[in-house]
Amino acid sequence: MSDMQDYNSSLSDAAQSRKYETFSYLPPLSKESTRAQIQYIVDKGWNPGIEHTEPENAISNYWYMWKLPMFGETDVDVILAEIENCHKAHPKNHVRLMGFDNFKQSAGTAMVIYRGISV
Amino acid sequence: MAKTYDAGVKEYRETYWMPEYTPKDTDLLACFKITPQDGVPREEVAAAVAAESSTGTWTTVWTDLLTDLDYYKGRAYAIEDVPGDDTCFYAFVAYPIDLFEEGSVVNVLTSLVGNVFGFKALRALRLEDIRFPVAYVMTCNGPPQGIQVERDLLNKYGRPMLGCTIKPKLGLSAKNYGRACYEGLRGGLDFTKDDENVNSQPFMRWRHRFDFVMEAIHKAEAETGERKGHYLNVTAPTSDEMMKRAEYAKEIGAPIIMHDYLTGGLSANTQLAQWCQDNGMLLHIHRAMHAVLDRNPHHGIHFRVLTKVLRLSGGDHLHSGTVVGKLEGDRDATLGWIDIMRDSYIKEDRSRGIFFDQDWGSMPGVIPVASGGIHVWHMPALVSIFGDDSVLQFGGGTLGHPWGNAAGAAANRVAVEACVEARNRGVELEKEGKDILTNAAKSSPELKAAMETWKEIKFEFDTVDKLDVSHK
Repeated sequence: MSDMQDYNSSLSDAAQSRKYETFSYLPPLSKESTRAQIQYIVDKGWNPGIEHTEPENAISNYWYMWKLPMFGETDVDVILAEIENCHKAHPKNHVRLMGFDNFKQSAGTAMVIYRGISV
Repeated sequence: MAKTYDAGVKEYRETYWMPEYTPKDTDLLACFKITPQDGVPREEVAAAVAAESSTGTWTTVWTDLLTDLDYYKGRAYAIEDVPGDDTCFYAFVAYPIDLFEEGSVVNVLTSLVGNVFGFKALRALRLEDIRFPVAYVMTCNGPPQGIQVERDLLNKYGRPMLGCTIKPKLGLSAKNYGRACYEGLRGGLDFTKDDENVNSQPFMRWRHRFDFVMEAIHKAEAETGERKGHYLNVTAPTSDEMMKRAEYAKEIGAPIIMHDYLTGGLSANTQLAQWCQDNGMLLHIHRAMHAVLDRNPHHGIHFRVLTKVLRLSGGDHLHSGTVVGKLEGDRDATLGWIDIMRDSYIKEDRSRGIFFDQDWGSMPGVIPVASGGIHVWHMPALVSIFGDDSVLQFGGGTLGHPWGNAAGAAANRVAVEACVEARNRGVELEKEGKDILTNAAKSSPELKAAMETWKEIKFEFDTVDKLDVSHK
């Protein structure tokens, strides 16, 4: 029993327990991986979109759109720069990157790039 | 000129063997693997199968002349060798669409796998594939929600979803059962699942189970901020009882319920699927009894047919086999029926056992569920084989973690996300799997412990039902 670990998760410890989107159980993505994930969205032909929310409203489907989805944008640096702009404008908010698949009419992926202060 | 009545027994091939026939786009096509009795010619047996599965009976009757049987009859239009097996052959039969009630897979199966399977001229008979014409597909209700709607309802994008069947499958009280669900869900699973055997036994009546499980879902959702579900099994002795349980699941806010489509029956399944569509509920489908029908390579119904039948009858998830786990499943054949579940158009591909092009029109897809004897070490292969639109379900591989369900769930969630992250970077999962998991385990003690617990387990039995591709 001595080497058994407790699973640390609770209603009261939001920073530890709240999870958002794909990759939320991994350590924050490295710069290189973030670039690679954006490249993956571009290579799939999906439209990148940036959204953000106050952490207390994260359960809603509708986070605030940061401008319109970046239809047809394939430059990873341009997409990264918009994520930075959103984060600078809303430093306390979660910022997520979506890849919109217009053929399936659904998101192909969603990942939180910046985590705000969870509640 | 009108026909005259000539009583007696005729050879089937005079009427039902039509090698010159070109199937119509609206015909329902079937491929049977026939093992005839010794000495019976192939054309005669193929014609007999076409006859007995459509308009024919063993003798001519006068009422045949009151209709146009040449219009209604099934037509055996081709026969082919089975590669590597001289005991049997393939027969292709075309049926006019008028033979089948709209929207009724029950009616289709009653004809195609009815009396004909007991026919004395055959030693064995297997229904290998059916091409449902899109005109017929569009009369069926199909999956209640479909893959994209499920992702939107549950907010899960860009990765396979994770599930876990609660064990022991029989004997837990409702409150203890809810505890097992809660632990798995808080650890990072998207779904927990009733075992198929769990209906409403004396040790745990359905209503108590539903109530405790919903508390588990609600608390895990509040704790993790993620949406969760549990497949509440509404399979019941009568369809009235089934509907009662489904209505209660909806009343308490459950997002998904579950049904066993073969033991529960196709009429009940179709009814439940239509209700789910009307009520915004997801429907998980288990396939108990399928191996009775599909495992014998010479007799029965191939699983790719049962897959098409379920997509038409309705279900949002269907167990597909894992390829890598404890249960039977040839890789190429499994990939074939996974496409049949998910894609809107599937091309004929004999290397994967697909005999016909299949057009699903606008019918939504079904999510394949990989379940049975899998654990974290299988994750790279599972993500590679199944892709994002799948549910990977670890029962023992979650609950058997040395630190409990929450840790087991977290181990699987970390593993699946690490594999997806690597895949998106262009890493070959099945080649680099060990490195991906080992690296991810550096920041997840739960994954590290899981990898130490299960690393030795392998299932290396040969499959019984192989594709017929070994040419003579």
